[in-house]
Amino acid sequence: MHAVSVITGVAMPLARSNVDTDQIIPAVFLKRVTKTGFEDALFYSWRQDPDFVLNQPEYTGAKILVAGPDFGTGSSREHAVWALRDYGFDAVLSSRFGDIFRGNSGKQGLLAAQLSEADIEKIWAAIDEAPGREISVDLITKTVSVGDLRLPFAIDDYTRWRLLEGLDDIGLTLRSEAEITEFESRRASWRPKTLPVK
Amino acid sequence: MSEVRARTLAEKVWDDHVVVKGEDGTPDLLYIDLHLVHEVTSPQAFDGLRAAGRPVRRPDLTIATEDHNTPTLAINRPIADATSRLQIDTLRANAKEFGVRLHSLGDVEQGIVHVVGPQLGLTMPGVTVVCGDSHTSTHGAFGAMAFGIGTSEVEHVLATQTLPLKPFKTMAITVEGTLRPGVSAKDIILAVIAKIGTGGGQGYVLEYRGSAIRALSMDGRMTVCNMSIEAGARAGMVAPDETTFEYLKGRPHAPEGADWDDAIEYWKTLVTDDTAVFDAEVFLNADELEPFVTWGTNPGQGVSLSENVPDPSLIADPNDRANAERALEYMALTANTPMKEIAVDAVFMGSCTNSRIEDLRAFASIIKGQKKADNVRVMVVPGSARVRIEAEAEGIDKIVEEFGAEWRFAGCSMCLGMNPDQLAPGERCASTSNRNFEGRQGKGGRTHLVSPQVAAATAIRGTLSSPWDLQAELADAGATSKAV
Repeated sequence: MHAVSVITGVAMPLARSNVDTDQIIPAVFLKRVTKTGFEDALFYSWRQDPDFVLNQPEYTGAKILVAGPDFGTGSSREHAVWALRDYGFDAVLSSRFGDIFRGNSGKQGLLAAQLSEADIEKIWAAIDEAPGREISVDLITKTVSVGDLRLPFAIDDYTRWRLLEGLDDIGLTLRSEAEITEFESRRASWRPKTLPVK
Repeated sequence: MSEVRARTLAEKVWDDHVVVKGEDGTPDLLYIDLHLVHEVTSPQAFDGLRAAGRPVRRPDLTIATEDHNTPTLAINRPIADATSRLQIDTLRANAKEFGVRLHSLGDVEQGIVHVVGPQLGLTMPGVTVVCGDSHTSTHGAFGAMAFGIGTSEVEHVLATQTLPLKPFKTMAITVEGTLRPGVSAKDIILAVIAKIGTGGGQGYVLEYRGSAIRALSMDGRMTVCNMSIEAGARAGMVAPDETTFEYLKGRPHAPEGADWDDAIEYWKTLVTDDTAVFDAEVFLNADELEPFVTWGTNPGQGVSLSENVPDPSLIADPNDRANAERALEYMALTANTPMKEIAVDAVFMGSCTNSRIEDLRAFASIIKGQKKADNVRVMVVPGSARVRIEAEAEGIDKIVEEFGAEWRFAGCSMCLGMNPDQLAPGERCASTSNRNFEGRQGKGGRTHLVSPQVAAATAIRGTLSSPWDLQAELADAGATSKAV
């Protein structure tokens, strides 16, 4: 995973709440067996509407999505993160995220930054004044900068550390190989086993 | 004597799976007892293993089934859709290469992953269960800690049989009282979600408690736990009891002999201690519950069937108001319309929420001897091949067909329309599934979430209806005949 520190780029507003992962990427695109190439599937239904924000020229090349509350609820599909990432987004800002989506983001180097709803609205207002403006998301100081505004965001320390270091989770876990093996040696015999088939 | 901290059910199960305790903000490393796999969220995970040269650490704790893409008609023919076929073929190749047990289309154990695990007796109290599917919360009905994960985590579990995770907060959902006839587990969970909202459970594991939950069968408890994710919670649990043990005993993978005795002894400790404290508590009165239905495009947008479509202008929160206005536009509904005046084009009876044998029995008992409404297509999709066989042994397939409905093969089907079972744009459906998101059942499709009982009554009347409406009609007919 690539390391993340400061992301600067065009911020795109998505002033809707409860954007579930079915809206981020409909199920029909989940049939692929690859992990890339999902950019055309992002917000597939909504982007059929020429007025949808993704289709506005000032947001071409946007890197930061500024979303309403409860972003990424619903289905566990990591494809939602892949689609955002493939499209070019490096960060999503919201006042609340679906738990699984937030976890998936952390695994793929997509920064999910939690701000207060009031601060999200300040960013929307700032974008409204100057559509296409760039903002900056600093993971080191946990701050979003919009012009002169400095807005704090929350992210759990462990995810922040992993993102800053670009660390691979599986590699980290395998450092505990001895502990896993020891735990397995104590596993009660009544606990489920799928093999042999009964 | 050492002090033992009072703990909730969730905390007990969690503590018993900690391989390495996290320190200074790092997560715990949690052992996973059972990993369920399906074709949609696994291909990229197996690719990751291959690229890193890693094996599946515990094939004996892993089981795969084909469900999301599988057709529910003509299952002996090759899958027509090339991308669906590729995904199924990829799972078959991966299962073979990595030594993972797989139940393919046509196999007697094939079915929706969340129906298959419990029915094999693999899902049991006090275990950890994960799957690349958010409805993994279903398995919490047994007192298991079960939650959905993303594909990166699927790869992680395949490689290490563990996950780094921080403990969830705990929320008690206490439902006291007695459900009236015609009101079911589905109505409980829809009412819970309407009460706490789609984000209300974020960061929590929910524990469903109280007399109304205790009175539910395992199938009913699974329906409740299944939709925990729709309230934002990754997991929902019910403490195991005699109902749980009775369900498990004798199932293919349930413990036997001395193992069974050991297991029971441990399982009986899996209750929240009297003095344990939850981080949040919610109460619901089962006596007052009516059949429930959603009107909007998220599962929190629901009302009792006897109510009207809400008026967004009366919603105080601007975000919620805008969301409701958008939802009504998508759903083509007008504020203040009685829910029962809404006519549907389709009824879907199935999904991991409501496709077990009891769900089918409830549906069949209402439609038996009736004819479906004209212009409504009705599809009944059992959750697994086993459920289908069991239902056929009881004659449910005949009842369904005589009603004018379609009796299909097992799978996720029209819950998410990855196979050909989809709504056409603009079609309206009463569905026993779990998500009424825009386009969930097919692009432009409109979904009303309901119980099997409401699905059955709706299929008969053609408008959103509760079983009570059928009884009222019968009573009216009786009164009329007396008058004559």
